[in-house]
Formats: sequence, structure tokens, C-alpha cells
Amino acid sequence: MNAAGIADRVRMSYPEVVVSREEASVSVGRDELLAALGSFRDDPGLRLDFLSSVTATDRPGVDPRFWVVYELSSTELHHRLRVKVGVSDEDPRVPSATGLFPTADWHERETYDFFGVVFDGHPELRRILLPDDWEGWPLRKTEELGGVNTRFHGAFIPPVDRRTS
Amino acid sequence: MTADRAPSPAGEPSAASTREIRRETMLINMGPQHPSTHGVLRLLLELDGETVLSCTPIVGYLHTGIEKNTEYRTWQQGVTFVTRADYLSPFFNEVGYCLAVEKLLGIEAPPRAQVLRVLFCEMNRIASHLVWLATSGLELGAVSVMLYGFRERERILDIFEAATGLRMNHAYVRIGGVVMDLPDDGLDSIGDFLQTMPGRIDEYESLLTQNPIWIQRNLGVGRLSAKDALAVGVTGPTLRAAGPARDVRRDEPYSGYETYDFDVVTSDGADCYARYLVRIGEMRQSLRIVQQCVERLREPGPVMVEDPKVRWPAHLEVGPDGIGNSPRYITHIMEESMEALIHHFKMVTEGVSVPPGEVYVPVESPRGELGFYVVSDGGNRPYRVKMRDPSFVNLQATPQMVEGGLVADVIAVIASIDPVLGGVDR
Amino acid sequence: MPVERLEGFQTDRTAEEGEEEFKRGLLLTTLDKAVGWARKQSMWPVTFGLACCAIEMMATGAGDYDLSRWGMELFRASPRQADLMIVAGRVSQKMAPVLRTVYDQMPEPKWVISMGVCASAGGMFTNYAVVQGVDTIVPVDIYVPGCPPKPEMLMYGILRLHEKVRKEPAT
Repeated sequence: MNAAGIADRVRMSYPEVVVSREEASVSVGRDELLAALGSFRDDPGLRLDFLSSVTATDRPGVDPRFWVVYELSSTELHHRLRVKVGVSDEDPRVPSATGLFPTADWHERETYDFFGVVFDGHPELRRILLPDDWEGWPLRKTEELGGVNTRFHGAFIPPVDRRTS
Repeated sequence: MTADRAPSPAGEPSAASTREIRRETMLINMGPQHPSTHGVLRLLLELDGETVLSCTPIVGYLHTGIEKNTEYRTWQQGVTFVTRADYLSPFFNEVGYCLAVEKLLGIEAPPRAQVLRVLFCEMNRIASHLVWLATSGLELGAVSVMLYGFRERERILDIFEAATGLRMNHAYVRIGGVVMDLPDDGLDSIGDFLQTMPGRIDEYESLLTQNPIWIQRNLGVGRLSAKDALAVGVTGPTLRAAGPARDVRRDEPYSGYETYDFDVVTSDGADCYARYLVRIGEMRQSLRIVQQCVERLREPGPVMVEDPKVRWPAHLEVGPDGIGNSPRYITHIMEESMEALIHHFKMVTEGVSVPPGEVYVPVESPRGELGFYVVSDGGNRPYRVKMRDPSFVNLQATPQMVEGGLVADVIAVIASIDPVLGGVDR
Repeated sequence: MPVERLEGFQTDRTAEEGEEEFKRGLLLTTLDKAVGWARKQSMWPVTFGLACCAIEMMATGAGDYDLSRWGMELFRASPRQADLMIVAGRVSQKMAPVLRTVYDQMPEPKWVISMGVCASAGGMFTNYAVVQGVDTIVPVDIYVPGCPPKPEMLMYGILRLHEKVRKEPAT
């Protein structure tokens, strides 16, 4: 099915569908996320049974601040759908998709590691790519790019735009 | 006194002490500095004797912050960052990123550029599988395979160097096409390579495929059924060795792949030996595709889009000290045309402006589905670039494949997944 | 600090060497020379390949750019059996303590080559995740720039290290 067909099918249950650049994206609320993912997987016309990636985007100053994005694809019908959930800054919690798609395990850990979005129901939500005792959520737009202590000999290298040489 | 506590005759361990010895398990740390973990991968193994009871992979020892860094550079500079993530398949990273940005821009690279992209991607696939073969052989004890694999890889890297100027991390594929055409003898050297390579693959097969030691170490080791693989999100040769013929080049073709004639190699074994057979088969299929690309490159054509707001403004050429702007182009911008100089300056510093939106583009890298989720807010810098790396997801399946087996099989399993930690950690 | 004069790789004595020898007496200098020669002749690197530079390091050890010409094809997995650490690749913040631990586990005398710009100075990754130069963690003897450096560049760096080691006094 092409993007418009998927959009029409999804719009029946979840009205906020956008088709852009031949890709369909649907925004769902946090509470209906797991039901939506399950229905997309079981719907015989969609059969979206493979979760490619889970990630997030940060829009500071806008509510909802974080958009958690799920890329679904179908092994049989070879089409894709993007599912987006918006969460606010004060309560960045999303139900975990590991019950439906076990592959979400490390993806959700990475999203937590980078953005601080908490996934309720995840079996073991802890940092994956950064050191375990790291403070801060580096991929948020409010965090700096560089200028971190190298932890040895007290050497501090300032970020690129503030170096004098 | 019960029979358990009765003193045993000298020299025989009592029942009580044997039971206690068996109850103890060892927690062993493998890595991150280890010769056989394919990079800086750390595995926490709980062992009962030689049997692995549980395995926890710990990654992040190569985390480079590539995704955050792309948000502070222009769209064109993103290519140089993204190409170093999965460093054994740099062309795939570049092609995926450029396809995503081109999709946002709504443009398509010219046909010759697409053929060149396919050509270099398939040669990169062969080079990556050669490194896999070399390091797997080395880790399992077949040291000569290491030398053979790197010998062949040097031939491929010579072709890369002649065409792009670099052996690795090329930044050759840019938004709108590729940055340079092949050199004059490029097609001939690729033709020579195509003559010798099939014989070399036959050599590897004659060394390994029927080798009883290779079979004993790989057959039946690290089983991962298709259902488990799909549930955990595994793609690439690890999945195709379990049955499903899932290949992004076939399912969601890009860059003209639907016009090439090749087979998707699968196997039924779902173990390390099947993955070995699938990768050897993929090398042969890649040679087929390269042959077809060479045929299509006989006619000349442009390799970069014409749109001046998008195309990379340089005209590169091989000079006495490597690849750089050709003297003719430098004369043009420095002496002849002020507008050209200003345009060049603006394109290099400001770069392309990409209309707002988000896309997800998958490509088939040697390890599986490499996806790029790119978000633009309308400016000349990416807003968010997320790489869905196949090795990151494939490594999640390690505990399933390893638990219950022997410690020595952990090496064989990791080798057969072929993870590249640069992609895992980005 | 006296300037080294090396014509190509000829190893005849320089004026400074002659002076050194006269000062320290003939017996000690012969011992110095012998020890220096022995140390450089089969330096065993520890496997510390991290990222892209590791692949170039493996290519340097493989057939086309053979490192075993200088007795170095044997990459020891255990740092306790190695005397050279080639830090090949970008060092992340999580890897920095591991790097220091492996360096500390190597017995004296030991040398460090920082291969590639990421190890030498952080490379193109001037961000939160990469250590901006391993010389903030371990003392470095030779810096080999490049992204990644070609095997010939790494070999040149190794040969310069050999010259440096050959000239070091044994004590």
C-alpha cells in the first residue's frame, strides 16, 4: 500500500495523520500508544510487525517538548508508518513497547540515555551508551556540544566556538 | 551422622564437597579491550565451568556523539560525520544520509551518480565481508584467512583511493550526487578486479567450507530462529541465514536497485555456518552487480545535480599532492568570476537550505538495515539526525544465541553477527 | 635540546652521540647501544584498536604493508606481555579509565603511539563524548596524524619511534 492508502486506513481510528514526501506519520496520545501499536500490527491490511527504530526529537520551548518516534515496517507488505507521541517537559514518560516489540529494549534505553524520556514498564531502564554515572541528557538542545572535563589531569578543553586558538 | 556428612576415604571427594563446587558460578568480564570482540564490546559472562549461563553485552565504549555533532554543522558537513559511524561500510552511511536529505529536498541524483553509488556500495560490501572473513578466521584460529582477506581488501582500497582520494571514510557521496567521476583508468582497474575476485572467493571456500574444524566450530553454534530474530529486530545476513529473504534492496529499492539482476542469498541453518555461507554468497552477488554497473558506466554523464543551490560547487581533480580543486576551477573563481567566488563561498560556509520535514530512509548495509531518520526545521543545519544502525540492534540478540553454549562459542557467535562498534555506539 | 640529524635512516653516529659516548665511557655506551637495539628490534604492540584507525593498523600488520619486517606482527592481547600501545581510534569518555588501566598494566619500558587525529587531539569530534587527545591520560611518544593515517604513515611513525628508542640510554 502506498502512503496515501495507509493514511486513509489509519485515519479511521487515529485522525491525526500526515502524508509528506510519500511517508505517512500518525500522532497518537500517550495513553493510546500501546493500543495503537498493537492494532497496527494486527490489522490485516497494515501488518506492521517490525519495529525499526525508536527515537526522540527535542523542541525546547514548545509544548509537547519531546516527540518520541516509532518507525514501523511490514515484513510482508513492505510499507512503512511512523508513529509519534508527544510528551511534555514536566512529565516525560511513555509506556514501553517492549511487551509488543522486544526489539524496543535497547532503542528505548538509548532514547532515555540521550533525552531523559522515561519508558514505564521497561525491564531495565538504564544508560547504554554514556558512562553510568553521567549527569545530564546530552542530545537535548539545551545541553552544550562540548567543553567537558576529560577527567584526568584536570584538563579542560572548551567547546569549539569559545577556543581562542 | 548422615551419609552426606560421613568422612570420605582419603583421595575421594565427598558428596557434600562436590555439590558445593558445582554450585559456584564465575562472573567473567570479556572486554572492552579484547582481541576477539570485534571492537570495544564488553560482555559480562556468568559461567558455570565452560557453560555460559547468562551474557550481558555492555556497549558505549566508542560513543562519539556523532548525532549531536551533526546538529552543529551544515548539511554537507554531515556527510563527513556520518561516514565514520560504521567505519567498515562508509559508503552506505553516506548514501543513506544523502538519500534522506535528497528526499527532504525533493531532488534525485543524476542516473550516472546513482550507478556510481551502487558500484561503490557493492564494492564496499565486498570489502566489509572480507574484513569479516579475515577477523572471524583470525579469531577462530584460521590465521591465513586473515592475510588473504586483507590482501583482497587492499585491491579494493586501491580502487577507492584512485577514485575518491581516501582508503576509508571517503566523503565521496554528497547531496545531489557524487563529488567526482571515476578516473580514466577506473573502469579498467575495476574490470581487472572483477576478473580475479571470483577465483579468490573460490580459494576461501576451498579453505573453509568443507574444513572439518571450521564446520565443528560453526555448525549448530549460535542458533537464532527466524521468529526470534524478527522479534528482536535482527536484519541482514544474520536474519537471512534463518530463512526470511528480507533485503531492503529488494523490498524498498533505492538508487535504481530494482533495475539490477541479483539474488538475495538465504540459508536455512540459522547458525554461524549458515551466516558464513550467506556472506560468501553475498560477495558473489555483489560481484554480479558491480559487473552490471561497469556496463552502465560506459556512457558519460553528469555526476552531480545542476541546481546551483544544492550542488557542491567544487570541481575536483587528482593533482600532484592528492585530490583537490582543479587549477581550472581555481582560476575561474579567483580570477574570472566574482559571482562564482561568492557562490562558492556561500555554498561551502552556509550550505544547502533544506525545507522542513522528516524522513526515514533505509539502506541495506553489509550488516542489515541501516536507517536514517532526518528532521529538518528549514535551516542550513540538520535539526536531528538519527542513525538506526543494524549492529546496535543485532547485538541485542547475543544473549539468546550464547546462553547455554560454551565460552568458546561466544567468540564464534560474535564473529558471525559481524558487529561494528562504531555503528553500535555512534 | 640537541636537534636530531637523520639523513634518511642512516644510523651513523651524530656529533652529539660521539660526545655522549666519550662522556660516559666506552663500556656503558656499548651496553646502551645493545639494549637500545634489542628494545626496538621486536617491540610487541598491545591490541588497542578502537575505531577506523584499528582497521588501518590491522592492514599495516597484514600482508601488503607487513609489520613483521620489524618484528611487530605479534600483537599481544595481554598488556603484561606488550611494550608498545598504539592507541588507534577515538577514545570516548567511557573508555578513558580502561585506557589508563591497560597502560598501567604494561611493564616498563613502554611507549605509546597515538595514531590518528582522534587519539592525538580529539579529531573532528570536539564534543562531550570524545577525549580531546590521549596525552591527557597517558604520556605519548609519537603522534601520527591522519584520518585514518595510511599504513605507510603509521610505519613511518613506528620507525621514528624505533630510532628514538634506539637512542635512549638503557638506565
